[in-house]
Amino acid sequence: MYEIVAKEILNKDVDLMVINAPLVARNAKPGHFIILRVDEEGERIPLTITEINGDLVSIIYQKLGYTTRLLGTYNVGDSLSDFVGPLGKAAHIRDVENVLGIAGGVGAAPLLPQLKEYARRGVKVTLVIGARSKYHLILLDKYKEFCDEILIATDDGSLGTKGFVTDVLTELYKTRTFDHTIAIGPLIMMKFVVILNKKHGLKTDVSLNPVMIDGTGMCGNCRVSIGDKTFFACVDGPDFPGEEVNFDELLARQNYYHDEEHICNLRLVKK
Amino acid sequence: MKLEKIHMRVQDEKERSCNFEEVALGYTLEEAKLEASRCLDCKNPRCVAACPVQVNIPAFIKHLLADDINSAYYQIYDDNILPSICGRVCPQEKQCEGACIVGIKGEPVMIGALERYLGDYALKNDIVMEQHIVENGIKVAIVGSGPAGLACAAGVRKMGYDVDIFEALHEYGGVLKYGIPDFRLPKDIVETEINRLRDIGVRFHKNVIIGKSITIDQLRDDGYEAIFIGSGAGLPSALRVAGENFSGVYYANEFLTRVNLMKSHHFPQSATPVKVGDNVAVVGGGNVAMDAARTAKRLGAKNVFILYRRDKTSLPARLDEVYHAEEEGIDFRLLRNPVEFIGENYILKQVRCEVMELGEPDASGRRRPMPTNTFETFDLDSCIISIGQSPNPLLKDTTEGLEVNKWGGIIVNDHQTSIPGVFAGGDVVSGAATVILAMGAGKDASVEIDKYIKSK
Repeated sequence: MYEIVAKEILNKDVDLMVINAPLVARNAKPGHFIILRVDEEGERIPLTITEINGDLVSIIYQKLGYTTRLLGTYNVGDSLSDFVGPLGKAAHIRDVENVLGIAGGVGAAPLLPQLKEYARRGVKVTLVIGARSKYHLILLDKYKEFCDEILIATDDGSLGTKGFVTDVLTELYKTRTFDHTIAIGPLIMMKFVVILNKKHGLKTDVSLNPVMIDGTGMCGNCRVSIGDKTFFACVDGPDFPGEEVNFDELLARQNYYHDEEHICNLRLVKK
Repeated sequence: MKLEKIHMRVQDEKERSCNFEEVALGYTLEEAKLEASRCLDCKNPRCVAACPVQVNIPAFIKHLLADDINSAYYQIYDDNILPSICGRVCPQEKQCEGACIVGIKGEPVMIGALERYLGDYALKNDIVMEQHIVENGIKVAIVGSGPAGLACAAGVRKMGYDVDIFEALHEYGGVLKYGIPDFRLPKDIVETEINRLRDIGVRFHKNVIIGKSITIDQLRDDGYEAIFIGSGAGLPSALRVAGENFSGVYYANEFLTRVNLMKSHHFPQSATPVKVGDNVAVVGGGNVAMDAARTAKRLGAKNVFILYRRDKTSLPARLDEVYHAEEEGIDFRLLRNPVEFIGENYILKQVRCEVMELGEPDASGRRRPMPTNTFETFDLDSCIISIGQSPNPLLKDTTEGLEVNKWGGIIVNDHQTSIPGVFAGGDVVSGAATVILAMGAGKDASVEIDKYIKSK
């Protein structure tokens, strides 16, 4: 069992949890993820590691699906049934002078360790962060510790520009350019960021979070079409060059079990 | 001597195609003894030579006939630590039973069924072979808790080594848990046979991915004198046709893992869903394909058909599995090779197949399927690709100096890899094969590990 040693509520939809998992922490690097199972009947879900501190591993999750909502009912002192990692390829930290990070919603969590690593190496870091409202923005304080510049977009305009991250980017690109960009957020956001960036001749790394089971390259559930090749996000990713990703196919794969998710959520309400 | 075998009782075919209970029901003691009495007790038993772990078959049969069931079990256990499992999943017709002299004129002695009887008897009556282990305190690490790892662990533990098994998933048994369905191999049997290793002091660690959580080098730093890699063949082979990534197209590994390991047939009690729809195609002709087809049927699919590019005699699956699949209404559409998946909005709708005909024999000795340029299209809700697995590249990718061949199999010499002190066996060396071959490799590797450590 894997004990929850700290829990922080970041907003009404998003929690941060710190888990005691020495064997995950031992070799973890920015970009790695874990797979957890809340209880004996649980499904296996992947979550990016946000921070490592000794034997402790931090994760951030949005209480959207059945498992993340169930996880949200767990508290400090409770234990998770399974917690395995580190999985995936560590983020490829490029040799650049300035980098632009683009975060949407809970995507701010997996982006954090990557941008922090760039900052640690002396790279100039700009962040464009978007969410539904100012209450849904997460980790702003942590980003403020190392980002050179932060631009905010909210759907309702409660903080920063009213609109999407793409609106902020369109404005930004009028005067600025970057050596490299990383976009992490909902698939639909990443899709449109990549389209916009392509127009401006910018490369975009994206981090994909498809449905996974084993996470070790065995089941093939998480496969994605990159160019004309198939990759397994669990072992070949989760980061891929955004220009090559077939987002529409991935959106279909992501939604394939939509109805079943709903059935599970109903069950959670009964619990 | 009777030329006909005693048939094992099976669950009614109509009933069983709607449940996940075991199909074959096993012998009673009377049936086992009657069947055992057909053994000729050959001077040079060909069945023993044909067994990958050389179980002394005539000897256990004699004990059984003498009503000494415990000794019969011990006799098997000495060579094979998982008799209840092997009795169910070994391709006996290609091994012991295939070599049985009685089989020349009649039906061979049902050695697998007898092995299963004895294994089950021991599990039910808690018969445990007493083992006196002299501890030597030397640490050995085993990577993977499938058949190869378990056999190797048992081997080195009996010699007195301090053994830790590391498993990547949340349950032990590897393919025995995620791959083979309940109706062929009930999971409580796997659990109980594995627990026998725990009883002799083997330590099990779940959720540890060697190569990731701990690297091979770190295992050495942690004091393991030898390491055995039995991580299996987990990488699904792709058809490499258009539309393969549509939703509704599964690799058998995903489909079977959802059901066997994640228990999706109990959804929503179990949180992992699986959906198959009414029309399901399974591509391939091996045991995994039969398992996938029969599982789809049990999940409620109305029409389940096998697409296989050769003819029926070439099916690599165990005879029993093909027979049971046919009984359960699985349709065999032979000499059909999928060339394209057709979908709408990235959801699978149809598969297009080329009709094949048989040409000259190929390297495998089977007649090569040849294209005819005639095509057929079938409507589908899902398709399960079961055309093979190759070794998972995870360890190769994370271990410097670990050499593999062009199919990804770890290269070994007397079970030792290119890294001294690191051994390997089972599917990760051979590519996807059988439970018993993996066990044989694990057991043989345990002897080499002992030699290696003693020579240091």
